[in-house]
Amino acid sequence: MGFDPLSFLTVFGLSIAAGFIGSLLGLGGGIIVTPVLTTGLGYNIRHVIGASLVSVIATSSGAAAAYVKDRLTNLRIAMFLEMATTLGAIGGAYVSGLLPVRALYVLFGVLLVYSAYGMFQRRHVEGAGRVPESAWARRLRLEGRYHDETSGKTIEYRAGRLGGGFAVMLGAGGLSGVLGIGSGVFKVLGMDMVMGLPIKVSTATSNFMIGVTAAAGAGVHFARGNVHPGIAAPVALGVLVGAWAGSKLLPRLPGRFLRYAFVPLLVYMGLEMIWKGVVP
Amino acid sequence: MRAGGSEAASRAGGRPVARVERALWDMETVISRILQLGVLVSAAVIAAGVAVWAITDTGGYPDGRFPTTPAGVLAGVAHLRALAIIQLGLVLLVLTPVFRVGASVLVFARERDRTFTVITSVVFALLLMSLLLGVME
Repeated sequence: MGFDPLSFLTVFGLSIAAGFIGSLLGLGGGIIVTPVLTTGLGYNIRHVIGASLVSVIATSSGAAAAYVKDRLTNLRIAMFLEMATTLGAIGGAYVSGLLPVRALYVLFGVLLVYSAYGMFQRRHVEGAGRVPESAWARRLRLEGRYHDETSGKTIEYRAGRLGGGFAVMLGAGGLSGVLGIGSGVFKVLGMDMVMGLPIKVSTATSNFMIGVTAAAGAGVHFARGNVHPGIAAPVALGVLVGAWAGSKLLPRLPGRFLRYAFVPLLVYMGLEMIWKGVVP
Repeated sequence: MRAGGSEAASRAGGRPVARVERALWDMETVISRILQLGVLVSAAVIAAGVAVWAITDTGGYPDGRFPTTPAGVLAGVAHLRALAIIQLGLVLLVLTPVFRVGASVLVFARERDRTFTVITSVVFALLLMSLLLGVME
């Protein structure tokens, strides 16, 4: 296979943008890479899914250190929930080979539209919603505290509704395996809304988890030849550069502005993918 | 830091929670640094593969083909085939979170937290299993 500088640089450039936007919105980049490369550039969706899995791992591992320094990532909660997401991801990776490509398009489109809806809903949400105390969370010490820089206070928290959170993570893991995304949106929604964790803890912990979940599906995708080096290389390198730049800019941007800018983009991409799956 | 730690310890019924917590974070910081290095190394290997690809103008394999097994990747790297070098970098990248979970098992074991040593070991075992399933396929 000869080297095609034009297509390499096109994918590389788009991936920089995907990594940049993904890191700003805490999404890992896969949710943007996949529709752009499939509907935009016409790449085989299975190869794009393999490349996207790799990009999620790059974003997660690269950003992990910064969050750990902030004491926001809760390793205990992450590991507890990872039991569910890795199981889901392994199952999902197997199921993805059985699903027809058009079903993958529709599934991804619906996921994008739903993510947009979740983002729009949460545009004013900053504090954690109170949920019932969980005896198991106390026993497993699924709790923590962090210093909140915007309010100057130390926030203490404890996870609630472990069963519900576990179920959401099984589903999120399954979607990761099928679609090659970190499904960070569902992880954040699950931790924030079901388990009542603070949004900053949810986002940071999700960021750690998406890489582990993606790695669980990667072995099967790699063996099936879905991780195509010609596509995965520019995606991985581009997303790394973009995510790094995004993490530098993030502290200076107002979060709500980003959400408003991104919701219509998600809806447009989602509808486009559903269209591609439904109309032959 | 120290005053806050003893306050939290007394609140938790005399258990030195904060001290354990801080030891956990210290090790976590070290692990994160190692992982950042891992990401940089994988990126460098991928970039090297791309450079070989661009200079030689061949991936080293017939059109549409590339190695998908560990043995195939290593054999290709030995012959300096561009796509195999890229695949090696991608494999290294995929292994970074697996390594991180493995290191977390050691962190929890060191803190003598039996429940979480087991939980993290289960996650680590699932990850290894998924990689083995991939290799066997």
